[in-house]
Amino acid sequence: MSTSVIIPTVAVEEDFRTRAHKALGDQQLRNNFRTAMDSLMTKRAAAFSDAHEREHLRALGNSIKARALSKLPDLLEQLEQNLTRNGVTVHWAETVDEANGIVLSIIRAHEARQVIKGKSMVSEEMEMNHFLEARDIECLESDMGEYIVQLDHEKPSHIIMPAIHKNAGQVASLFHDKLGVEYTKDVDQLIQIGRRVLRQKFFEADIGVSGVNFAVAETGTLLLVENEGNGRMTTTVPPVHIAVTGIEKVVENLRDVVPLLSLLTRSALGIPITTYVNMISGPRKDHELDGPQEVHLVLLDNGRSQAFADSELRQTLNCIRCGACMNHCPVYTRVGGHTYGEGYPGPIGKIITPHMVGLAKVPDHPSASSLCGACGEVCPVKIPIPAILRRLREENVKAPDSPHQVMRGQGSKYSRKERFIWNAWAKLNSSPTLYRLFAFFATRLRALTPSNVGPWTQNHSAPKPAARSLHDMAREHLAKQGERR
Amino acid sequence: MSAKQNILGKLRKSLTGTTPIADDFDVDLVTQPYTYSAEQRIPQLRKLMEAVHTEIHLTSGAEWPMLLAQLLRDRQLPSLLIAPTTPHGQRIAQHWANNPGLPALKSYDRPMEEWKAELFNDTPASLTGTLGAIAATGSLIIWPTREEPRLMSLVPPVHFALLKASEIRDNFYQVQQEFEWAQGMPTNALLVSGPSKTADIEQVLAYGAHGPKDLVVLILEDQ
Repeated sequence: MSTSVIIPTVAVEEDFRTRAHKALGDQQLRNNFRTAMDSLMTKRAAAFSDAHEREHLRALGNSIKARALSKLPDLLEQLEQNLTRNGVTVHWAETVDEANGIVLSIIRAHEARQVIKGKSMVSEEMEMNHFLEARDIECLESDMGEYIVQLDHEKPSHIIMPAIHKNAGQVASLFHDKLGVEYTKDVDQLIQIGRRVLRQKFFEADIGVSGVNFAVAETGTLLLVENEGNGRMTTTVPPVHIAVTGIEKVVENLRDVVPLLSLLTRSALGIPITTYVNMISGPRKDHELDGPQEVHLVLLDNGRSQAFADSELRQTLNCIRCGACMNHCPVYTRVGGHTYGEGYPGPIGKIITPHMVGLAKVPDHPSASSLCGACGEVCPVKIPIPAILRRLREENVKAPDSPHQVMRGQGSKYSRKERFIWNAWAKLNSSPTLYRLFAFFATRLRALTPSNVGPWTQNHSAPKPAARSLHDMAREHLAKQGERR
Repeated sequence: MSAKQNILGKLRKSLTGTTPIADDFDVDLVTQPYTYSAEQRIPQLRKLMEAVHTEIHLTSGAEWPMLLAQLLRDRQLPSLLIAPTTPHGQRIAQHWANNPGLPALKSYDRPMEEWKAELFNDTPASLTGTLGAIAATGSLIIWPTREEPRLMSLVPPVHFALLKASEIRDNFYQVQQEFEWAQGMPTNALLVSGPSKTADIEQVLAYGAHGPKDLVVLILEDQ
């Protein structure tokens, strides 16, 4: 490769707990996240100052997505028909390997060497940059935040604000080291440096790759929202535009995007609308003077149909990728996005990633939550994230011989010992005789309980049975009352 | 079996025995809070667009070419990209013909590939019309055409947009209905709500990320 640098995917080493501990010890990282999340929460709250409107809008958002999912296969076919009629080529991929293969074959067909990318979480899911770089094709991010993390060989740490873990000083050093520009912490100057570099790349690129925010079945329209203009550049300047998206992004009618768009931008950034709402319905027509000659859409499954198969887990697919759940998550705010180790961090990452990579690969995802409920409360499409996390915890401890296969990698945290203890506990609490016997011994042998009970006693005092059981005291109390009468 | 058949097969199997959820779209919810009187529309649009650094000028059908020429001179812009075959393009050409010495006029009259370098490197400003605007969100509605292609409102660092006051609508829903967008969309339709911006570094807002650094809207109050 001539000018470009091979950009490896960040090697994700260690497990969630180790990464979390490291992140918790990084004061700079914690400050960066705390500041950003506080600000994003304030902005969202201000954008939804009318609680009545907010709640009705959330209910409508939920119902639009539920309706779309309730006829998903038909809508996908309708979308394909309308896009095809408009001149867009539609491709289907069950796995990320298939999706990357499709993208590569389009690139090869045009003998292309340079790809410029608008922001796309699905392409992160596909690890497309890594895949293409390995095949000697430059694949450059053009969203400022994505460009910064790519330059530093990192993954995004937030789905809306990919470089939120860095402060201006860190970006200044990065630009100075990698681009050879003079060190400046001035954000305006830093953005202008990015603009200069990337303008040239837009100019040169053979292929533009973007994501999709909403795919409208009724009209065959791909709707993209953004503030920078890189999405418009990516989808307009290069001769070929490839959009990649998950199969859950389809909505039935054009009017459905009115409330969804409002929910998306207000939840994500606290703004009434993004600078650009880009509605693409086809490639350049014969008489037109610009726009791509070819537009492709790659529809990716990658585990989504697994979530779809279960009516509770299906709600995961309501997601419109606003990031509000992570902005409001006490765990995400403290451990940051990289701790999750996968493309989608935070609460939504914890419920969608297991379908994409299998629960066994992300065994700590469902339990990395205090179940405080904030994510579910702010979700613009009302995904019951805490309930789904609890459900995934159940799936994660299912016995290996369980006949009901819900998820790939289920039962990865199954332990016979734990299962035995819980079964015994259940038995104890549902049999009066056993319970009385247990209470008798527990109150008398309380001195023998251990003072060190694993992670619990790291931050709490050890639990100790009381000297007398509640039953016992209640009986005595009732007996006394009887005497008084 | 193709990927398409497999995916659709799995989805259909999961939906066996279910019926689609009824459409309960609530029109009032997306229109009632976003309905304005004629007097409110310009101030509402202006408030939102100025909040994101859009420059707005109130002018008239007769005077806007003069104002445009003045704004170009103030900014010391050497040239302006226009669509000479549109009515507003003709107005500009006419005003320029009567007033020698104004910045050069350029037209986007050939495929982008034929003058890409000039468009990117030597086209400091453009003027396009709009299909109207949306007061609720402070957005211009732009449907690129052969005369005013997609990149005309994107690549030049300064974008002037002409907006007739009578074409300011209340909300996005109303726009979709009035223009019957569901019956047919152009290859590209845009809502533009300010100059290009980003807050990707420390959430500090910076303008002029990849698109225009300046968006200047000329509102024709009498049209």
